[in-house]
Amino acid sequence: MSAELLAVRGLRVSFSTDAGPARVLDGVNLTVGRGEVVGLVGESGCGKTTLARAILGVLPVPAARVAGGEVVFKGENLLAKDARAMDETVRGHTITFIPQDPYGSFNPLFTVGSQIRDLMKWKSPGRPRRAGRSRGLPALLRRYPGARARADRERVVALLRRVHIAQPAAALSKLPHEFSGGQRQRLMIAMAMLPEPDLIIADEPTTALDVTIQAQILGLLRGLVKERGISVLFTTHDLGTAYEICDRITVMYAGQEMESAPAESFFNAPAHPYTIRLLESLPRPGQPFTGIGGEIPALVDPPGGCRFHPRCELASDACRNLRPERRTLSPGHTVRCHHPRLPA
Amino acid sequence: MSQTRELLLEVRGLRRFFPIRNAFGVRVKWLRALEDVSFQVHHGDILGVVGESGCGKSTLGKTLMGIHRPMAGEVRLRGRDISLLAPGARREVARELQYVYQDPGASLDPRWKIRRSLHEPLVVHTDLGQAERDEQVRAILAAVGLPPGHLDLYPHELSGGQQRRVGLARILTLQPSLVILDEPTSGLDVSVQATVLNLFLELRETFDLTYLFISHDLGVVQAMCNRIMVMYLGRIVETGSTQQVFGQPRHPYTRSLLAAIPRIGEAKVTEGFALEGEPPDAGNLPGGCRFRTRCPLAEARCTEVEPDLDDREDGHRVACHFA
Amino acid sequence: MKGTLFILRKLVEDRSALIGMIIIGALVLCAALAPWLATYPDDVWALHPSQRLQPPGGEHLFGTDRMGSDIYSRILFGARITIVIGVIAVGASLLIGVPIGLVAGYHHGWLSDLLMRGSDIFLAVPQIVLAIAIAQTLGPSLENVILALSLTYWPWFTRLVFAEVRSLRNEVFIEAAIALGASPWRIIVFHVLPNVASPIIVRTSIGMGFTILTAATLGFLGLGAPAPAPEWGRMISESREFLPDAWWYALAPGMAIFLVVMGFNLLGDGLRDVLDPKIRRAVHDER
Repeated sequence: MSAELLAVRGLRVSFSTDAGPARVLDGVNLTVGRGEVVGLVGESGCGKTTLARAILGVLPVPAARVAGGEVVFKGENLLAKDARAMDETVRGHTITFIPQDPYGSFNPLFTVGSQIRDLMKWKSPGRPRRAGRSRGLPALLRRYPGARARADRERVVALLRRVHIAQPAAALSKLPHEFSGGQRQRLMIAMAMLPEPDLIIADEPTTALDVTIQAQILGLLRGLVKERGISVLFTTHDLGTAYEICDRITVMYAGQEMESAPAESFFNAPAHPYTIRLLESLPRPGQPFTGIGGEIPALVDPPGGCRFHPRCELASDACRNLRPERRTLSPGHTVRCHHPRLPA
Repeated sequence: MSQTRELLLEVRGLRRFFPIRNAFGVRVKWLRALEDVSFQVHHGDILGVVGESGCGKSTLGKTLMGIHRPMAGEVRLRGRDISLLAPGARREVARELQYVYQDPGASLDPRWKIRRSLHEPLVVHTDLGQAERDEQVRAILAAVGLPPGHLDLYPHELSGGQQRRVGLARILTLQPSLVILDEPTSGLDVSVQATVLNLFLELRETFDLTYLFISHDLGVVQAMCNRIMVMYLGRIVETGSTQQVFGQPRHPYTRSLLAAIPRIGEAKVTEGFALEGEPPDAGNLPGGCRFRTRCPLAEARCTEVEPDLDDREDGHRVACHFA
Repeated sequence: MKGTLFILRKLVEDRSALIGMIIIGALVLCAALAPWLATYPDDVWALHPSQRLQPPGGEHLFGTDRMGSDIYSRILFGARITIVIGVIAVGASLLIGVPIGLVAGYHHGWLSDLLMRGSDIFLAVPQIVLAIAIAQTLGPSLENVILALSLTYWPWFTRLVFAEVRSLRNEVFIEAAIALGASPWRIIVFHVLPNVASPIIVRTSIGMGFTILTAATLGFLGLGAPAPAPEWGRMISESREFLPDAWWYALAPGMAIFLVVMGFNLLGDGLRDVLDPKIRRAVHDER
């Protein structure tokens, strides 16, 4: 198996609310190997977006508080790194981000080209990377060396061509609203690629798109990261999308990971009752709709033991009282359940 | 097959354009949201209206409801043209034809208790006394699976799923015959989606409803509907029974649309998906067939002649020169 | 009922609103109990030339004026005039402004344009200038001051309600009510009005302060209730010839106006915080 690039271990994040602290992430584990596309799948409120934010170091402090655990990226615990170093060497450099909403992610007043240029000024791989900011002029006023700017521009145009933006040079002088949703998401993908990162975090990047466009974008993203060996953490609520693009899938429920498996065994031999029920919830023609009874638990006072037990028909006393340990069923396939369905 | 059942809704040549105005309020062009849309809904049908954003499916729902006024064509409900009724007469029709928003919970006034929201339709449309209304309201609340205690709560005191049920109950108090469901599952988690879809099916049995099911989720539509209408940029491009449309799609657009749905366990869409490009701007449509700019089959004829829905015995109709 | 109690409790917890409520409560008490609180209740009308312009002291709490009347007693009775002007003028503005705003906001088209352009004409002229013109034309009297203030303040309510209704019209529940078949009147009265009540209440409180200030200005200019009515603005106006020696003469009514206007503004700000559903919802949703 590929070497580990990112490992989240026992991460706890709580948000302060009127009713008390909500344990949005409660001991989450997640690994992403080099060159691997990992799907982080879960329903609304399961904490997948918070996990993505925690890895990027952009939790809404002070409402959110990291209460424990670690985020190890290339052998370094990001949670222990100071904010400036994160900004200078990690965020936007070695880890980049593709947002869900391609509409809100551009400033509507500036051309796409000037926004990409601004990104490249700070984040292009050609820029010497130093932790700690140089003295003197405020950051905004420092110049963008001409030679580097020209080299960067060529890379930008080449990459835009690669993501199928027609007439890339002309596209740079357009305003964001002149692009369709699909094209804007192509631009976002290009911008996430430009700093030559090791890891891209994509937060539901195709949710806002139509199916035919989604199919194009997923194909494009997968092709690009595979040819460049970039790892992707792809959050989605849609199992179908995860099936299309992911090498490995981790399912989250109420702030904890339930099952993690290579895509092959995830879809063919799911072990956790939640995963099984989730897969069965997808509508199939000619068959009655089956869902999961009950509702997602409140995170302020979550159920003890296994978080899923109030909605699980296999629940036993052990499930009510004891959080299941992580069990390895086969290489790379782990599950947290007292009664997993074992492969025949 | 459907000929034996009562014809509930008949739409003929429906058209709705929206003006696109420049900064001075002068109309520069038309956004052709609905053009020459004709179809029939028979009693007991669940007619799925599918298409991508901007195809006109939501405009269709709102035009049928009278929220938008049609610019041409007729909408016949049980034979009576309701498209251009005066507002007063139109309100009468509201009893029979109801509209369910994407999130029915949002259709509740946040300052009203559930009781008042559920009584309101009866107050507007009937002369029933307080006690009779209360009886009906309780029956319907039970039908959507909520306890009577919820009558004294405000919408924000209910969970999202419960709000949805109240929203549905509110529409059902009038005992409509045709209900338009506009994107009823969008934004729902899959585990909850099944519950909502089952509720629709149960209510259909209980209240003898006919649904117009507008959705972009082809998986849900396939499992839910008995007839399908595929729209592209304001026009119907294919219509037929679910088996026909999903089994042997005839229009190249329908084929691409179906090919784009990720299906677990089948070949990956990302490895073989062929449809290039994006829909053109609805304010600036190409001449001839609207799909020709993305169509793999397009020829010179498609540029010149806009195909109409063909007429076939089996009811599986397509607007394409090559179908 | 529960909602009202909740809002009251929140208001008491809000410091500025609490101060505002105390000041306004004091004003109402002064007005209601003026004959009993006043040390010289007859001094509203009576003259004591021998006692004129006495500085504040044990005998006369706030001193006496040019006629020898007790200023403290006159201020108390002045509170009655202030309340009458404020309540009637703002009440009339509400009655004119809110319905016009509701109708103009709910409907689109020529009627809406006509109503709003009409209110724009009133807004185009500074309120005080228009009020002076009206009061001058009709002659100085309490009734005319109230009329002038009512005629000039309503467009502010119209503007406010219009803007609120326009944004409310896009809400799904309004569209749903239309789809349900409810008549426009029903929707306006039962759905729209309760949902725009909060900003109207806030504006009413701030409007009270504003109107009282304008009324005092008119009194100062000699357009208010004729002498010897103990109108606060008129009292300041009278004191001018005796300044700076008889400083107390202007100080007492000046402070009274200042406190009352501030009280209504503080209460208005507090109400805005407490009633604003966005703020309340934000507290709810934060997680």
